[in-house]
Amino acid sequence: MLEQLDTLEQEALAALAQANDPGALAAWKQTYLGRSASLSTFLGDLGKLPAAERPLAGKRGNEVKRTLEAAYAAGEERINAAVLNHALQSEALDVTLPGRPLRRGRLHPSTLILRRIYAIWAEMGFQIYRSPNVELDDYNFTLLNIPPHHPARDMWDTFYTTEEGVLLRTHTSPGQIHAMREFAPAPLRVILPGMCFRYEQITARSEIQFHQVEGLAVGPGITFANLKATLADFARRMFGEGARTQFRADHFPFTEPSMEVDVECFVCGGKGCPVCKFSGWLEILGSGMVHPTVLRNGGYDPKVFSGFAFGMGPERIAMLRHGIEDIRYFWGNDLRFLEQF
Amino acid sequence: MKVPLSWLKEYVDFDLPPEEIASRLTFAGLEVESIEYIGLAPQNGHIDGLPGEERGPKARGLAWDREKIVVGRVFEVLPHPNADRLVLCKLDDGRTIHTVLTGAPNLFPYKGQGPLAKPLKVAYAREGAMLYDGHQPGNVLTTLQRMKIRGVESYSMICSEKELGISADHEGVMILPDDAPAGTPLADYLGDVILDVKINPNMARNANMVGIAREVSALTGRKLRPPSYLFRASGEPLKKHLRIRIQNPEFNPRFTAILLRDVQIGPSPAWMQRRLSRAGMRPINNIVDITNYVMLETGQPLHAFDWDSLAARASGNAVTIITRTARPGETIVTLDGATRTLDDFTVLVCDEKGPLSIAGVMGGAETEVRDTTVNILLEAAAWDYLSIRRTVQAQKLPSEAAFRFSRGVHPAATLRGLGRAAELMRTLGGGIISRDTVDTYPRKAPVVRVDLPMKEVRRLLGVNIPPRKVAQILESLEFVCRVKETPARRRRSGKISDDDLTLQVIAPDHRLDIGTGVVGQADLIEEIARIYGYARIPEVQIADLLPIQRGNPGLEQEEAARDLLVNLGLQEVLTYHLTAPEKEAAVYPPGMEVPAAEYIRLANPIVPERRVMRCSVLASVLETAARNASRTDRLALFELGPVYLPSGKPLPAEPVQLAIVLAGPRESRDWRPSDRTPADFFDLKGILEGVLSGLHVPSPTFESTRDPRFHPGRCAKILVGGTALGVMGQLHPQVAARFEWAGHDLLAAELNFELLRPYLLRQYPVHSISEYPPVLEDLAVVVAEDVPVERVIQKIRSSGGEIVQSVLLFDVYRGEQAGSGNKSLAFALTYQAPDRTLGSTEAEEIRTRIIRALEGDLAGKVRR
Repeated sequence: MLEQLDTLEQEALAALAQANDPGALAAWKQTYLGRSASLSTFLGDLGKLPAAERPLAGKRGNEVKRTLEAAYAAGEERINAAVLNHALQSEALDVTLPGRPLRRGRLHPSTLILRRIYAIWAEMGFQIYRSPNVELDDYNFTLLNIPPHHPARDMWDTFYTTEEGVLLRTHTSPGQIHAMREFAPAPLRVILPGMCFRYEQITARSEIQFHQVEGLAVGPGITFANLKATLADFARRMFGEGARTQFRADHFPFTEPSMEVDVECFVCGGKGCPVCKFSGWLEILGSGMVHPTVLRNGGYDPKVFSGFAFGMGPERIAMLRHGIEDIRYFWGNDLRFLEQF
Repeated sequence: MKVPLSWLKEYVDFDLPPEEIASRLTFAGLEVESIEYIGLAPQNGHIDGLPGEERGPKARGLAWDREKIVVGRVFEVLPHPNADRLVLCKLDDGRTIHTVLTGAPNLFPYKGQGPLAKPLKVAYAREGAMLYDGHQPGNVLTTLQRMKIRGVESYSMICSEKELGISADHEGVMILPDDAPAGTPLADYLGDVILDVKINPNMARNANMVGIAREVSALTGRKLRPPSYLFRASGEPLKKHLRIRIQNPEFNPRFTAILLRDVQIGPSPAWMQRRLSRAGMRPINNIVDITNYVMLETGQPLHAFDWDSLAARASGNAVTIITRTARPGETIVTLDGATRTLDDFTVLVCDEKGPLSIAGVMGGAETEVRDTTVNILLEAAAWDYLSIRRTVQAQKLPSEAAFRFSRGVHPAATLRGLGRAAELMRTLGGGIISRDTVDTYPRKAPVVRVDLPMKEVRRLLGVNIPPRKVAQILESLEFVCRVKETPARRRRSGKISDDDLTLQVIAPDHRLDIGTGVVGQADLIEEIARIYGYARIPEVQIADLLPIQRGNPGLEQEEAARDLLVNLGLQEVLTYHLTAPEKEAAVYPPGMEVPAAEYIRLANPIVPERRVMRCSVLASVLETAARNASRTDRLALFELGPVYLPSGKPLPAEPVQLAIVLAGPRESRDWRPSDRTPADFFDLKGILEGVLSGLHVPSPTFESTRDPRFHPGRCAKILVGGTALGVMGQLHPQVAARFEWAGHDLLAAELNFELLRPYLLRQYPVHSISEYPPVLEDLAVVVAEDVPVERVIQKIRSSGGEIVQSVLLFDVYRGEQAGSGNKSLAFALTYQAPDRTLGSTEAEEIRTRIIRALEGDLAGKVRR
């Protein structure tokens, strides 16, 4: 009789191993653990056994039942997992299908580069100061040490308005006078961003309007050595930690001494390439010590105060950084251009 | 300015390679824009005729192989046996005798003369030499190869200037001066390097060889060797034959003249012609060439008059030269043959009969030097640079002389130029110089003295340069310096530091750019820094305290708006601030009367379509939409930027406007279903609501309005606190058509950002979140079609009170059940109290209040 139980157990476990879906599992349960299953019948009929056999048969019968129940639970888990797995398999995607195209807004490339410039100078303590795009001749030229008819005026091709003495600013430098007159005699550290205008043919290299960011620091102890350090810092922030700078004497009427600042070409690393015209250097900034006449026009005593100023072209920097060969792209606003940023 | 180094070496010795000289000049503020190599090879980098590929910076030219291109001596020219157009030259190249074939017309005259009495020196190229192809346009490199021409073997040739890269001349072969030694590498005899130096306005004094040489001398420490300005005068005195009258000394501070008699006009010597050509001037004859040569050498432009023409005009009297400004309508025939009407600011050199030349700019035709001229009056004068500049611009007459005069030439240069030119004319043209120089100098140039305390140098440069070094730098530029103790600065210890010293400086008499006082100090400090070397000044962090930090709220507001618009999926554009009125009028439908706009107009527009400053940003953005129409079916653009409006003051107002343009399907095409319905009024409104709420503008409202640019029934003004900020809606279809979007709905908004600013708060409150459960319920109300939804919502809020947390419209139904002329609005309402759980009675009361208000005040009917 005990052998019968052993056989039953083995048979049931073997059958369970064959059950691979929920239906087969239910049928197995009916067969081996159901009310009319032979094990149930056996356990129900225990009382009919001779008293001596009963304890052993009962113990063994219940043992088999527990084994089958545990096996069932394990089987159920196995089959559920298989069912889920099958279902998941059937839900597999072609992950190479394109993602849902969302409309992403973008800033204009000039705004992007301006913001980067703002951020760097802000960290260096230079606040943003803005002044009008349409300016008085006085502010654009005369107060900047460029008197009427002076040959230095040839450096700027100017749009004049029909109003006498009113023009489109050719550079952001008039903002220097505005800022100094507002803050003198307090020390000053500002950048002056804005749109500038030049009477030029519109070509791949020249535009009638472009942004400029000018910087100005005035204080009791500002030096040429400070100017060099400050611009070298800016270049490292803008063009990378390793960016080297070189300083060349140049001329601007509103600064003296004046200089042009080159940054080592980041396209070729200084080896020479078409972008840097094989010189290894890119002209990035014009700068110098604020001319005493300009300081005085701004309301500072040039014997006590000194200052430096610098200017850069954001579009030019963007062109160099991205290899843009045509400045007309900026105001052309072709979406195929804008959407690359 | 073109500076041939072979010429420059006459005034300063240097053994540095040309590239190093170019670099030092560039770093000192005389930018060398290009280096032209004539026959010589650069030290680094690459030019034509050399192996290698990478072109060096700024370098161009042809290197002559020293082995293959040499001076040759042609001693006989023979006819070619088979060709009339070719000759055979017997040539000695220093090694052996060759027969060289050439078609050069300038050798034909020597054909068949037998051995030449005076052999010709030429540039001879051996087999394998790299040259430019003389027969092709431009500079095409070619290698000289052995070939047979008409039965005669040819392996070498006699070169033209073009083939050697000296000029574009290929008319004949180049004939060298007789002193050229046969067999010498041509590069040694004729090679040169020409620097093209950019002369900035502050470097006008250096627009001449002596000026550049002075800079090289200062930068290399080698001695400057200026030319001699002495001359041998033996002729009859000029004084009794010439009077000078200067009417406007402010325009003509100095006028000097000298007379040369019995000059022989002819070509100038080869060396002078070569120098002039290499400096970019065309040789003409010895007299003209000498005036040009001396101008290039010393910087003093000169003018030569035909003395006999002047004397004839004076009809036997002494010649009277009068300098004065032009009279109204006065004209002159200049030596280019043009009749020129003069402005009242133009200064003339005249005699009693009328104008002779435009001072400093161009001579007159009547008194110019001709081939027949024998007596020459040579003028060297000083002119006011501003007046010359205006004349040059008005007459459109740029010239080498005007370039210098319009940037300023020191009056002291006159006598140097005059003396140098007279002596050259005497030695090269055989003239006799008048024993005296006529010199009228009514307005003496002041001697400029500047006291430069050493502590000023340190204060501005931030570096200690020893006083001796400072003085040496200034002296190398011909300043006169004396070191003095700064008055009253001797310390108690009696020790003198550099800071106690002052340099007393006198500017040399070729400089007009040195000011006085603090400006003069800055001028000198620039010279010191430039020659000392910017690279040697250390980089030192600013020691001054950081000034008060302020920020820029206005810009921050604009940048916040930009960020929100970008977050809402819009593309920023930036457009021209210059436009044309008709471009802006295009935002109105055709035939519509356009409101008159007052524009800021340009006096000198470069193109007609950019002749005024814009009054509308929307017009610019629509132009952008039009330009992209053929490339996309879908766009969402914005621009935030200024417009320019007359303000009654000299400067216009520059208020910032925001313009948005939206068109095309809401979603782009996809492989799955996407929402391809075109964006409409409410898409745009949603964007505006998003921006305004993102900027925390309190309760903006939209009110139906009419605007000729928009669809009459789909246009709203945007109100905040009773102020209309702008207008939005669907553009009139005829406007959409004008901007290439015919058949599409084009949505647009235009806001005055300045009116929005007062509502942009730096701080805004955030409400706490209620802990108590909300009561949610739906409410449907039927109202007449003409009742705006905004009024219904306001009514719900005002009647329900603050407890109404949100009012969400989730359905608008028009149809039978609502009744004709009505609409049914379905709202989801949320009631919530901050401090308690709402009971059903309280909720019921709120609902009742709302229903009463909707039914009573708006004649609505609430479905129960």
